Amino acid sequence: MLYLLLVLGAVTCLVPLLWMISTGLKPIEQTMSLPPTWIPYRLYVEKNGTLTEIPQADIDKYPADKIVKKFAPRWENFAGAIRAMRIFWTCLRNTLVLCVLTVIGTVASSSLAAYGFARVDWRGRDKVFMVCLATMMIPFPVVMVPVYCLFRWLGWIGTLKPLWVGSFFAGAFNVFLLRQFFLTIPKDLAEAARIDGCSEFRIFWQIILPLCRPALMVVALFQFMYTWNDFLGPLIYLTKQEDYTLALGLQFFQSEHGGTEWHYLMAASTLVALPIIILFFFTQKTFIEGISMTGIKG
Amino acid sequence: MTRGEKRNLGIGLAFISPWIIGFLAFTVFPVCASIFYSFCDYDVLSKPVWVGTLNYRDMVTDTVFWQSLYNTLYYAFLSLPFCLIIALLIAVMLNQEVKGRSIFRTVYFLPSLVPVVASSMVWLWILNGNFGLLNHALELIHIKGPQWLADEKWTKPSLILMAMWGCGNTMVIYLAALQDVPRSLYESAEIDGANPWVKFRHITVPMISPVIYFNLIMGIIGSLQVFAQAYIMLGGGGPNRSALFYTVYLYQNAFDYQQMGYACAMAWVLFVIILGLTWLATRTTRRHIYYEGE
Repeated sequence: MLYLLLVLGAVTCLVPLLWMISTGLKPIEQTMSLPPTWIPYRLYVEKNGTLTEIPQADIDKYPADKIVKKFAPRWENFAGAIRAMRIFWTCLRNTLVLCVLTVIGTVASSSLAAYGFARVDWRGRDKVFMVCLATMMIPFPVVMVPVYCLFRWLGWIGTLKPLWVGSFFAGAFNVFLLRQFFLTIPKDLAEAARIDGCSEFRIFWQIILPLCRPALMVVALFQFMYTWNDFLGPLIYLTKQEDYTLALGLQFFQSEHGGTEWHYLMAASTLVALPIIILFFFTQKTFIEGISMTGIKG
Repeated sequence: MTRGEKRNLGIGLAFISPWIIGFLAFTVFPVCASIFYSFCDYDVLSKPVWVGTLNYRDMVTDTVFWQSLYNTLYYAFLSLPFCLIIALLIAVMLNQEVKGRSIFRTVYFLPSLVPVVASSMVWLWILNGNFGLLNHALELIHIKGPQWLADEKWTKPSLILMAMWGCGNTMVIYLAALQDVPRSLYESAEIDGANPWVKFRHITVPMISPVIYFNLIMGIIGSLQVFAQAYIMLGGGGPNRSALFYTVYLYQNAFDYQQMGYACAMAWVLFVIILGLTWLATRTTRRHIYYEGE
């Protein structure tokens, strides 16, 4: 009984994704067929033992027992969707550039700041850290307009800069996550190095960071996902199509071609979603640990 | 301050300097500017003009504002409890010794991984009134499905449905907390003859109450700011503005109508609403939250 519920739930989770892939592999006539078909197929008619392909529209011209359905995914839909989207490769390049820059920026700046909050004793540290935590409470819409104005004043609207420069200035959430991790590392190691005259930065770089690789991986992974998925940021700051990210490009494609070419739209959606899902399968352990970390430490 | 203390202060500040700069540029300045703009008429192109509390007073009479607030609260109050409860139930089930647990966990988590733009496209297609998968499924049990996204009565439920599909994130957080509950508690309860419901009610829920609280607060903050899926699937708010959410309307004011001052004022009202609800949630649940070590 319990098992049945679990399976039912799991199927509910999977059906939309399978439907996306299935639609993405169909020719357009099959996307709107009634009742819906799950398996993309081609129609053939049997004549003297050989099969000849026939178009969907001719199905009534042949006797039903002569018609053969064969599983035939239209892989070329992916190429078709990319062509229809026109800016796909540009979008992919922009997205990857942003992902790399924001991951570097976030990991570098948050680990530095987290080290300052966790491992250096300075007066007022804990009060400043409380301020840092408090900034997490501020919803994005509150700062949205002034930050936009700031970037506008810098002349960065219509460039990729607003989407990555900020990541070099340590967001509170990542600082918090890394600080918690840094606190778990025993003090003696750094103490011994300090007595040997090691500079604070070298302790950070050569002792602490290598020990914190799992936590850094979590931060990097989350940032990558965030940048890949982000929609509001690109929507606000990007004005030219050649700067679009995949998320924005896909939405743009939908607003231009939506409502009819479902097979292309689903193929394009698959292309946007698949890299993240593949990434997840390769980093599953880090991932689940990271999510659990956010919840438990909160 | 001794020399050592001064030195440490210098080192500490040097390490957190990226955060300090970010804090000044992306928090202190915008927050102050946002307060100021909220009392101004500001269209970005010309200088802000002080108008006092006009933006806030306009809000009171702006029916679209009230509608967007209603839509958002409707969405939050339905999607959040459902999501919290369903995610907890699934997590509890997965915490049993079931076969293929890690596969189930992955499958349940998968939807929340899909980029919101992609999942919006998928749901646009599934909720399509004529060719959508959902209405086909309903037809099998002889129900005529509505035009989900084109019928004002069904736009909000559509988005709530979609939100429930994507609550695997919450589930994983629950599951991690459940795995930390000591087995010995359950064992001693079993010796006393406790049934599953009693164990759930008196061991599981109290033991993971901090995480339930965490998910509740995160849920409040997140669901009141829902934007991307509504914006993508229903553009300007759907039929009769039935799915015009608060942040969508705020975005429209800022970037479509160039009413930056009004948008800032709306943002502050949203902040107050979020604070108020968070405070309320904290007050009502505080007594029931159990922290180890207290």
